[in-house]
Amino acid sequence: MTIESFLQNLTNGISLGALYALISIGYTMVYGILRLINFAHGDLVMLGAYFAFYGVALFLLPWWLAFPLAILLTTLIGIIIEKAAYKPLREFPRINLFAAAVAVAFLLENLAIVIFGGRPKAFARPAFLDQLLNIGKVSFVSYTPVIILTAIVLCTILILIINRTKAGIAMRALSKDIETTALMGVNTNRIIMFAFMLGSSLAAAGGILWAIKFPQINPLMGVMPGLKAFIAAVLGGIGNVWGAMIGGLLLGVVEIMLVAFFPQLAGYRDAFAYAILILLLLFRPTGIMGEVQAEKV
Amino acid sequence: MRTTKLISLMFVMVLLAGLAAGCTPKAEESAVPTEVVIGVYEPMTGAQAAGGVQTMQGVNLAYEQRGEVLGVPIRMVLVDNRSDKAESATAMTRLIEQEKAIAVIGSYGSSNSMAGGEVSEKAGIPVMGCSPTNPLVTEGKEFYFRACFIDPFQGRVMAKYAVENGIKKVAIIQNISQDYSVGLAAFFKEAWIELTGSADGIVAETAYQDGDQDFTAQLGAIKDAEAIFAPGYYGDAALLMNQAREMGFKGLFMGTDAWEAPELISIGGEAAEGAVFSSHYSAEAATTPASKPFVDAFMAKYGEAPSAMAALGYDAYMLVVDAIERANSFDPKAIRDAMAATENFEGVTGFITINDTGDAVKDAVVLEVRDGAFKYLTTVKP
Repeated sequence: MTIESFLQNLTNGISLGALYALISIGYTMVYGILRLINFAHGDLVMLGAYFAFYGVALFLLPWWLAFPLAILLTTLIGIIIEKAAYKPLREFPRINLFAAAVAVAFLLENLAIVIFGGRPKAFARPAFLDQLLNIGKVSFVSYTPVIILTAIVLCTILILIINRTKAGIAMRALSKDIETTALMGVNTNRIIMFAFMLGSSLAAAGGILWAIKFPQINPLMGVMPGLKAFIAAVLGGIGNVWGAMIGGLLLGVVEIMLVAFFPQLAGYRDAFAYAILILLLLFRPTGIMGEVQAEKV
Repeated sequence: MRTTKLISLMFVMVLLAGLAAGCTPKAEESAVPTEVVIGVYEPMTGAQAAGGVQTMQGVNLAYEQRGEVLGVPIRMVLVDNRSDKAESATAMTRLIEQEKAIAVIGSYGSSNSMAGGEVSEKAGIPVMGCSPTNPLVTEGKEFYFRACFIDPFQGRVMAKYAVENGIKKVAIIQNISQDYSVGLAAFFKEAWIELTGSADGIVAETAYQDGDQDFTAQLGAIKDAEAIFAPGYYGDAALLMNQAREMGFKGLFMGTDAWEAPELISIGGEAAEGAVFSSHYSAEAATTPASKPFVDAFMAKYGEAPSAMAALGYDAYMLVVDAIERANSFDPKAIRDAMAATENFEGVTGFITINDTGDAVKDAVVLEVRDGAFKYLTTVKP
């Protein structure tokens, strides 16, 4: 493999990985606080993409208005899901929450099929994201750097929120111990809602960027990215935001590189990618950035 | 809390009652049934939805024109198989056991058809496939037939097209989750070796899976190819063409009948221009006297020219009705025998004779994407 094609594949891998990273942060945040794997998260990715699509195609909004609106709408739906499906179940056994999450995922997917239609739709990229660029022999489209930059900016904002704001501190406290934090006078309901808000908005942003990179949207488009992002979150150490980012990037690059180095084995890509995952988890059961946690009794 | 529980209990009971009502056995069939059921299973959602929707345009038109057979009204029941193998088997079971279909039409997607075929074969219900082209759909099946040609021929058509147009280096990218795609890749290669004398011209063979959207790694390996043969479904193909052009690939894209969906153009956009693929039919090249009135009726109903899938859907329905008529019976076995004996049936996609493997032997057309539309290039005889 030449250095050019290596760089080309690396670029492709990073831009795919950046998307996984954005999506996996939502998983990891919700898990960190509620110990809930929000299986509906991938479907918020889909909703974000569809809202952006309809904003541009149906309401003829310019992209800079349609995209933020789509993120806002998706966030709203994320909050509604939390209030309607998860909050009432919070004090029951954890398994109920998991079942509810799966149910919400199916609900969103089927609603989307009925409302948006089962046929895929073509997502129109804003023109400035559709320019072919070349650096040396590495060619890419202008959306690639935009995706990577957006991912970096959004992640930085998130880290700042988590580390520097009161809500962020409360969130971190919640992830350690919900009851004690509540006793300290923190409004847990609001903080949990806030976490869902952040997660949903990142999912929506991820969905829009996903649709820009792969301009074909359909009601089940969130399922695969959702699963992959979940795996990325586990890989990075679920509950850890940095870990989610690293896990996402790693997964994207590994997926691309496996196929690039062994094109004749492309069909076994996922098998290899996840064999590596299993190996890694065997040696580091808490993921790359995960801390060893004492079981709470 | 108690009222909530009561309400949910009532809700569940209402649901159960609905289920029970759905299962109530129908009244015993009398000598002359009040209706006959023809089942249809097609992908109306999922990755192959466009194919199923196009097929249904043709089936619905045919149903409108021929709403009864042997003096008994036909009730057509459509079940969505969601582009999924397991769902296809479920859909077929439902059509046969619950709806009591005496014959079934479908499905777009060879893998779907193969899953459904296992069920219909056991139940002894004849099925007429519209566009599943993989040989295994009918192979070893007594009750499965199809209105279309099969992939060994289709693979050869495209290999021949490539060789005749001076392509020396070709790359194959297949979807290993789809029997259709895997079969075509193999048949193309076989025909290529036969035509050029060696496999040297095939510079790369690589694969992806259902649900994949990133093909950049696969494409990275094949930059020096003059053409890419990608016998997958339209959605994958459109993204693949996009990404190949973005990576600087300048060659020809070649595909097969699963490319024929408007999404190939709407999603593929500029990148899809110039792509060529084999298909069953083109409204521009009418083959039988029945073609013209079909195109007119279709235009009147839908305001667009029929696609190959729509034409095959129309033919499949008419073939089923024709078989019931010739059998002069609603007995599935008799209908099956009549289907197997179909000879020179005047379809809109050509004259259809079912051979001893249950397949139609027909011409293929080669289409090209030009100015955002599918244009007829040439016809290839079997």
